[in-house]
Amino acid sequence: MKSQPAYWRERPQIYRLEAGKCTACGKICYPPRLICPKCRCRTFEKVNLPLEGKLLTYTVIRVAPSRFVDQAPYAIGLVETEGGGRMMAQIVDCDPNSLSIGQSVKLEFRKISADGEAGIICYGHKGVPA
Amino acid sequence: MRDVAVIGVGMMKWGELWEKSLRDIYVEASLNAIDDAGVDHIDSLYIGCMSGGLFNGQEHLGSLMADYLGLGPVPAVRVESACASGGLAFRQGWMEVASGISDVVLVGGVEKMTDISGDEATYALSTAADQTYEGYHGITFPGLYAMIARAYMDLYGATSEQLAAVAVKNHLNGSNNPYAQYPHKITVEQVVNSVMVADPLHILDCSPITDGAAAVILCPMSMVGDLSKKNSPAVKVTGSGHSTDTIALHARDDLTWLGSTERAAAAAFKMAGRTPADIQVTEVHDCFTIAEICVTEALGYFERGKGAEAVASGQTAIGGPVPVNPSGGLKSKGHPVGATGVAQIVELVKQLRGECDERQITGARLALAQNMGGSGGSTVVHILEGV
Amino acid sequence: MEVGIVGYGSSIPRQRIKVEEIAKVWGADAPSYKKGLMLYEKSVPAPDQDVISMSVEASRRALKRSGGVDPQDIGAIYIGSESHPYAVKPSGTVVAEALGATPAIHCADMEFACKAGSEGMFVAMSLVKAGEVQYALGIGADTSQGAPGDALEYSAAAGAAAFIMGNSNLVAVCDFTDSFMTDTPDFWRREYMHYPRHAGRFTGEPAYFSHTIGAANAILKKSGMKPDDFTYAVFHQPNGKFPQRVGKMLGFTNEQMEPGWLSPWLGNTYSGASPIGLTATLDVAKPGDRILMVSYGSGSGSDAFVWTVTDRIDEVRDLAGKTRVMLDNDKYYLEYGAYAKCRGKIRMAE
Repeated sequence: MKSQPAYWRERPQIYRLEAGKCTACGKICYPPRLICPKCRCRTFEKVNLPLEGKLLTYTVIRVAPSRFVDQAPYAIGLVETEGGGRMMAQIVDCDPNSLSIGQSVKLEFRKISADGEAGIICYGHKGVPA
Repeated sequence: MRDVAVIGVGMMKWGELWEKSLRDIYVEASLNAIDDAGVDHIDSLYIGCMSGGLFNGQEHLGSLMADYLGLGPVPAVRVESACASGGLAFRQGWMEVASGISDVVLVGGVEKMTDISGDEATYALSTAADQTYEGYHGITFPGLYAMIARAYMDLYGATSEQLAAVAVKNHLNGSNNPYAQYPHKITVEQVVNSVMVADPLHILDCSPITDGAAAVILCPMSMVGDLSKKNSPAVKVTGSGHSTDTIALHARDDLTWLGSTERAAAAAFKMAGRTPADIQVTEVHDCFTIAEICVTEALGYFERGKGAEAVASGQTAIGGPVPVNPSGGLKSKGHPVGATGVAQIVELVKQLRGECDERQITGARLALAQNMGGSGGSTVVHILEGV
Repeated sequence: MEVGIVGYGSSIPRQRIKVEEIAKVWGADAPSYKKGLMLYEKSVPAPDQDVISMSVEASRRALKRSGGVDPQDIGAIYIGSESHPYAVKPSGTVVAEALGATPAIHCADMEFACKAGSEGMFVAMSLVKAGEVQYALGIGADTSQGAPGDALEYSAAAGAAAFIMGNSNLVAVCDFTDSFMTDTPDFWRREYMHYPRHAGRFTGEPAYFSHTIGAANAILKKSGMKPDDFTYAVFHQPNGKFPQRVGKMLGFTNEQMEPGWLSPWLGNTYSGASPIGLTATLDVAKPGDRILMVSYGSGSGSDAFVWTVTDRIDEVRDLAGKTRVMLDNDKYYLEYGAYAKCRGKIRMAE
């Protein structure tokens, strides 16, 4: 069960890929943080991650957690966007066996999961081979 | 700071223990440790357990176990650091004795994972990952290590067969461990042909879901003579190190390097005044075959990128130059999450006492235990010496 | 004040299923669907695609073509669909949030079978015309289902089209609008029912044709124009046959309808149908071209629009994915089993 307040709180990050760019060292923190892990500076500029990136690594989940059982098998990977912001995302609309490290993906808005037939629907981004 | 010894160890057969509850297994292992030590009281109690809440709907484990152990209303607390809960409970127990606050401390690790369904257990385990940014997208534990494996194999050219060699070695070792969940031998072919769980990890690359507990008794070295009835070397804790890292893979600088293990080991070696070359027997956290490979590199046993060929060529076998996981590791012995770190100590104490029969590394005097949480978000390393 | 389209975009799922594949399972005669209704294949939404996700993608494309519209200046969003993900909680709120258009924005979801999208476009544009908002989004999107084995299963498809309406920097000016609506029970779905129902041949002449022709005639009269005055015409397209027939009845040629005639390969995208057809037409239109668009929604009604394309089309058409290009090239085919699984047609354990 996804908590409604917890989901609502993350809208800027989930819906718009809002990240924080450290004003001192330029490190992109996605999700945004209160203190830069690289240089300890506490001020950030709001930036949105670009909707293109490359695949750093990936796997195909065949044994899924309860919420995702109906989706298995699905590919999921680490996408690095230009500027260095990284995120985990499922990779869809592709043959999972055809993926390779370093390939380009674009990020599309998709449904991520739902609380059954009657609960809220959680949205986010997934990668599609570019 | 006082020197601390381990004077009692307790294990029990691990597996799917339908008839034993969470408190049953904790108490069973703890009583075995108490009997092994021959102590008549304990001053305090630590419980390593990843999630009594998610697996059993039970929190407040400290007081629950203190009550069920029947040794009086002693101070008791649960320690949690995902799969490193047991090792961290041991470190906390060691600190309590070393600091002089307590003399006799029981550290027990436990996890009862089979009361919930496989899907629910997969979810519970995935809470060691970043829930909002990894779990949200459907990642699982095998999935995270699979991503590390994919990156490692791509970078160093390691093969599925080399990863499988870890599982084969550990099952061979575990076949001589009466407590192991799966004490049977397997082959490389069986591993690489077993069903995929998260590519490229097959089911036989993955440690199982297990019910089990393990416990040890700690006391100051100065009291070993009075308390211990054993006619074998006393086991001293000579080094302890603990480090953290990002729990999320997306925030980690280097996908193929376990920084928390490197740092925890460095701290432990420094405290013990030792180097990797001095260690004669090691127990590591092989939650997945790739994990053992990366850990041996991060511990400094092998050069970066060489861990896979090292295990495949037999370097880490019981008869080899760098024996790793003589107990059978998590793969064969089982991985009741919170119990694993304590069970590693149990095995090493027995190795240092010479009690391991066919699994014995002859003349072992210096041992190292590495227990890791999540995808490398926390690691605790202990060095034990037979004196 | 001139009002019209500032930016436009579409989103079509990549999955497809061929008519033969469906016919094979139900023992139906594929050639009669292909020849009779001119349906060859249709789009199939993936389990992670819905009206909200496709509307976000289409709107992002519209923003790319908008010449730098700040989402914060979008003052209203209306999504028309008959497959909104929630019965209560608008699709528009998620889309607006994803675009960064909140909080100063009007929103409500619309329903009028297949013409809810064009209704959303009309209302969005009218708010701009009334001076209430600077920009407004009108979107038509659907992931509708046809009952297994029913005629509608061959055509029920998925897609979205989004239009940012404004009063400056236009890509296409809206010269006239009209609407023709009566209470006509040709096709409906009761609350809580999974699949819609329809009245067979009654959906033809008294429903689709009468209202499409009614709206078309009304706008031709209002504008004083004849079919010859138009470069292109886009009609609602539940299959390939109906729009060609109604176009011919009204005096339009197949050449005029060609760029916007997508249903043989796309299927019927319901509230997305004529709006997506309009995006495909804009993708090939030249400055000065005039386009007639007439939607149709069961229940029944038709909205009509006259658009005149501006010079700006040359600057913007290539700034985002083109509809026909995506339809023809970005796709892969499913077998019936995979299609049934992904459309939730298989009864799962409770």
